[in-house]
Amino acid sequence: METVACSECDLLQHLPALPPGGKARCPRCGNTLATRSIDPLDRPLALTLAAAVVFIVAHTTELLGLSAVGRQASTTIAGGALGMWRTGEPLTAVVVAFCAGIAPGAYILLMLTVLLAVRRPPAPQWVGEMLRWGHAMSPWSMNEVMILGILVALIKIAELATVEPGIALYAMGALVVLFAAMMITIDPREIWKRVEWADGEAPR
Amino acid sequence: MTAELTAARAGLVSCETCDLLARPAEAAEPGYCPRCGVELASRRHHSIQYTWALVIAAAICYIPANVLPVLTTTALGSADSDTIMGGVILLYTTGSWPLALIVLVASVMVPLGKLVALAYLLITVQRGSITSNRERTRLYRMVEFIGRWSMLDVFVDAFTVALVQLQPLMWVAPGPGVLFFAAVVVLTMIAAESFDPRLIWDSSHAMKEHHA
Repeated sequence: METVACSECDLLQHLPALPPGGKARCPRCGNTLATRSIDPLDRPLALTLAAAVVFIVAHTTELLGLSAVGRQASTTIAGGALGMWRTGEPLTAVVVAFCAGIAPGAYILLMLTVLLAVRRPPAPQWVGEMLRWGHAMSPWSMNEVMILGILVALIKIAELATVEPGIALYAMGALVVLFAAMMITIDPREIWKRVEWADGEAPR
Repeated sequence: MTAELTAARAGLVSCETCDLLARPAEAAEPGYCPRCGVELASRRHHSIQYTWALVIAAAICYIPANVLPVLTTTALGSADSDTIMGGVILLYTTGSWPLALIVLVASVMVPLGKLVALAYLLITVQRGSITSNRERTRLYRMVEFIGRWSMLDVFVDAFTVALVQLQPLMWVAPGPGVLFFAAVVVLTMIAAESFDPRLIWDSSHAMKEHHA
């Protein structure tokens, strides 16, 4: 048994040994204290690798094509940020680029490194630092918000012209599912157990 | 009363990064987490002040975000500017009311709801409220979870602008409102992160101690 404090109400409590797939909730505020993954290392690694491949496809192929009055145009995901930049909204372009590409890309890269590094414990201290950064990136990775935004834009533009969805749109759909699966299967408690302590001692 | 002991009252600090329960030598200056090396804090530093500052900044940006146009469409020589609400009405009149509803909820109701919810949480914490702690924690969790969805309209605008560039026949440009709107979303997301939900529960302990 391990003693923990709830991260949302600070209540001290003993964390029972969880069965694989089990979940512990705080009895006072209902916050999820810990979840135990069935397969804490291999499954998230497989999902993260798949997400990396799909991410590359989503960001290198065409997202939407448009044809109207005999003219053609197309855009990629990066084009969404670039368009804002060129039309005089550089700050909004930075926000779009960060939430659409930089944050999800960084999340995949950081998690991939962390999950590979903890396979041979004890992992060095910087692995913990990378996990912290990955955790900071996750609220800003807005794949699912972006795909809904693209669909709304698509329907709006369909009033004016013929729009064709490209490969990147389907890749984004797959990425939304992979991200959700990654976030469920990655178990930070399991990772922290395999990282060297900052005060110089080996994992206890 | 042992069932209601918090880490702070036991002289312990729970690390916000790695969840390790640390026993610092001095509760007032807990130092750094022995496991992950991040600075320990029993409660987030200046949580109330930071959250208020961000909520007020977001509330100020909320006005130009809704008044100024977010998109200007130029087609066949005539320009048309749309605000957020204008975009919702446009979607509704063109027959896609489910989409109009999604955009209305994500762009108008969620940002406003977030501001009201955060202000309510801040005021109740400052007044030392001890009722409906569980509900207030749930409200906080909802604000945290739902906040990112307001970015929807920024993405709609970005991809509309990126695609519809058929000069000189028809093109779309962003309006000044879009920057304020993005600012509201970013500021409220940071505000939710800087609010410390443990403060909701602290007044109950102070009250019980007073009565004991």
